[in-house]
Amino acid sequence: MKFVDEFRDAELGRALAGEILSLVEPGRHYKFMEVCGGHTHSIYKYGVDDLLPANVELVHGPGCPVCVIPMGRVDDGIAIAHNDGVIFTCFGDMMRVPGSEGSLLEAKAAGADIRMVYSPLDALRIARENPDREVVFFAIGFETTAPSTALTLKRARMEKLENFSVMCSHVTIVPPLKALLESPDLRLDGFIGPGHVSTIVGARPFEFIPADYGKPVAIAGFEPLDILQAIVMILKQLEEGRCEVENEYKRVVPYEGNLKALEVMGEVFELRPHFEWRGLGFISHSGLKLSAAYADLDAELRFNVPGVRVADPKACQCGEVLKGVIKPWECKVFGTGCTPERPIGTCMVSSEGACAAYYNYGRFAREREVV
Amino acid sequence: MSASDVSEREQKILGIIEIARGKRGKFRDQQINMAHGAGGKATQSLIEGLLAPAFSNPTLDEMADAGAVSIDGVELAMTTDSYVVKPLRFPGGSIGELAVNGTVNDLSVAGARPLALSLSLVLEEGLAADDLRAEVEAIARAASAAGVQIIAGDTKVVERGHADGMYVCTTGIGQRDPRARMSPSALKPGDRILLSGSIGEHGTAIMLARNEFELDAEIESDTRSLWPVVDALLEAAGPDLRCMRDATRGGVASVLNELARASSVAMIVREREIPVKPEVAGAAEILGIDPMYVANEGKLVAFVAPEAADEALSALRSVPGCEQAAEIGEVRTEPPGMVLVQTSFGGRRVMDQLVGDPLPRIC
Repeated sequence: MKFVDEFRDAELGRALAGEILSLVEPGRHYKFMEVCGGHTHSIYKYGVDDLLPANVELVHGPGCPVCVIPMGRVDDGIAIAHNDGVIFTCFGDMMRVPGSEGSLLEAKAAGADIRMVYSPLDALRIARENPDREVVFFAIGFETTAPSTALTLKRARMEKLENFSVMCSHVTIVPPLKALLESPDLRLDGFIGPGHVSTIVGARPFEFIPADYGKPVAIAGFEPLDILQAIVMILKQLEEGRCEVENEYKRVVPYEGNLKALEVMGEVFELRPHFEWRGLGFISHSGLKLSAAYADLDAELRFNVPGVRVADPKACQCGEVLKGVIKPWECKVFGTGCTPERPIGTCMVSSEGACAAYYNYGRFAREREVV
Repeated sequence: MSASDVSEREQKILGIIEIARGKRGKFRDQQINMAHGAGGKATQSLIEGLLAPAFSNPTLDEMADAGAVSIDGVELAMTTDSYVVKPLRFPGGSIGELAVNGTVNDLSVAGARPLALSLSLVLEEGLAADDLRAEVEAIARAASAAGVQIIAGDTKVVERGHADGMYVCTTGIGQRDPRARMSPSALKPGDRILLSGSIGEHGTAIMLARNEFELDAEIESDTRSLWPVVDALLEAAGPDLRCMRDATRGGVASVLNELARASSVAMIVREREIPVKPEVAGAAEILGIDPMYVANEGKLVAFVAPEAADEALSALRSVPGCEQAAEIGEVRTEPPGMVLVQTSFGGRRVMDQLVGDPLPRIC
């Protein structure tokens, strides 16, 4: 595929891996967090971590929007989906995320009309085609997907579609990063900044990471060469004693972000006072809800929603795993109370989460450490 | 805690996980959902946890694509399959062709020459007679191309809304080929993994034919009879052919995982060697799906002893339609039950079993 394969070139990858090896100090252990779930996926898909020296460790961050949705909200979604006449729509990978009594996939099997869509506009189309049904879109994601939800809501308003509403579970990237950085036991040396989110918010919102917390950031694209290049950039900052936000993904990310998208978001959404993250607990101003002007399209107001908070079991230590304080297997419930079949925390929900990956591939990972 | 305590504890936990993973799947779900039909872990739990224990016998316990029966010294194989595809017709084929080829292929990869099929039709009230006629003709054509006869049949009609137009079930009987010495547990370290052609076409064609994605690409299903392919492999490799599977539901990845577990071996697959048509690769990229997990209806994976691998590969490539056949990897010892991929980019990763349907990712 043209314009894609160029960023997956094995030879260039080896060259960058060589550069990384020449930049690391022997005996020093580096922990870098890739914030975005998309990075985690690329790292896994291309085996990027296999090209890194043993003392460079990548820690998977809180940026998988599906995995961070807490059980209570999945329950709320299922409750809406079970209303007579409702068509409940959501992105594919949200279907498997467990609530306190099963997932949307299981709710579908139990009779709810739950449909997978690729875009909120698909949900809008379903609403147009089914005027006698109530169509609800379960909106999730960071600033990456929020603008498309916002535009869909604007269009629904324009078309006067009254049978469409949105259950808004959008989240914002900066508050969870702040929460991680605030923690006194954080063991991270730098951040691979989220590329997709940055196309919307720009590079500016991440300036606080070097300024207030003294950690370098390199915003990166999602091809394997992008990720290796970002690691080179962070290592160079560390070596040269610099600490700043660098932008590896200049081909897509402008410093100021996408002002148009930010403007639409500002019109349609407002910050919730706080929002619960699976495994991380409540974080202030980290979630979005529909603004007063769009409240009539808010599914949580239109339907009876239990809104019951289901506490993560106390023993879950996702926070510590994310901060790099403990390894997955050191968590008290790892492999016993918390398994990929019955996950508790965000790190086990996604197959690429740190705990799920360790559960499934632990022995392979160990073999790699030995090699 | 000293370093050795830590590694001891980690070892212990890895041990517990390994025992848990190695256990037969348990069927604990409250109801059936779509994941149980997707060919991944949920399907496995249904088969290993409910069906296999209920009917356990030496033939079934082999978990081959077809069961072996011996009658007065005549070695037969039998298999059955139901076809519930939507839409009924798609680029490159239709439900009728699938119903013949799918069952013929399950016999073929079990090393049996397909002889005869039975045919059950479940028809939905309101199905257009022309659609039915077209499928009956497709079935007759496919059967004649595969050299099998339809020797028994049944029809049922169900109320509107119950069968997506039509469901088809076929059962096949074949004669086991004396050249074949195959078993799912026969793989040995060093064996080579051969793939009969490019992957992911059937599943992608169906996904696009459903028009849910507003994507257009000229991708046709690869549905065909695999007996000529199997015949060529048996002729070239005979007893050195350890095992074969047709890579249908769950794709090549699922076949490899299933056999790695059955033989307690590891496999390493070289991504670079796996033939994928650019149209399929493009659609998979956009949809966020890995072609290794996408269904095929005319591709097989064969495991061959190293000394016979080259000859088997050239025999494969000489079969019309298999020109792109490739050696994609080999069997290893460690870590048992796991399939590793050497990515085109140069890293390695684990290619795991599917948990359920391959669901597209948002990020």
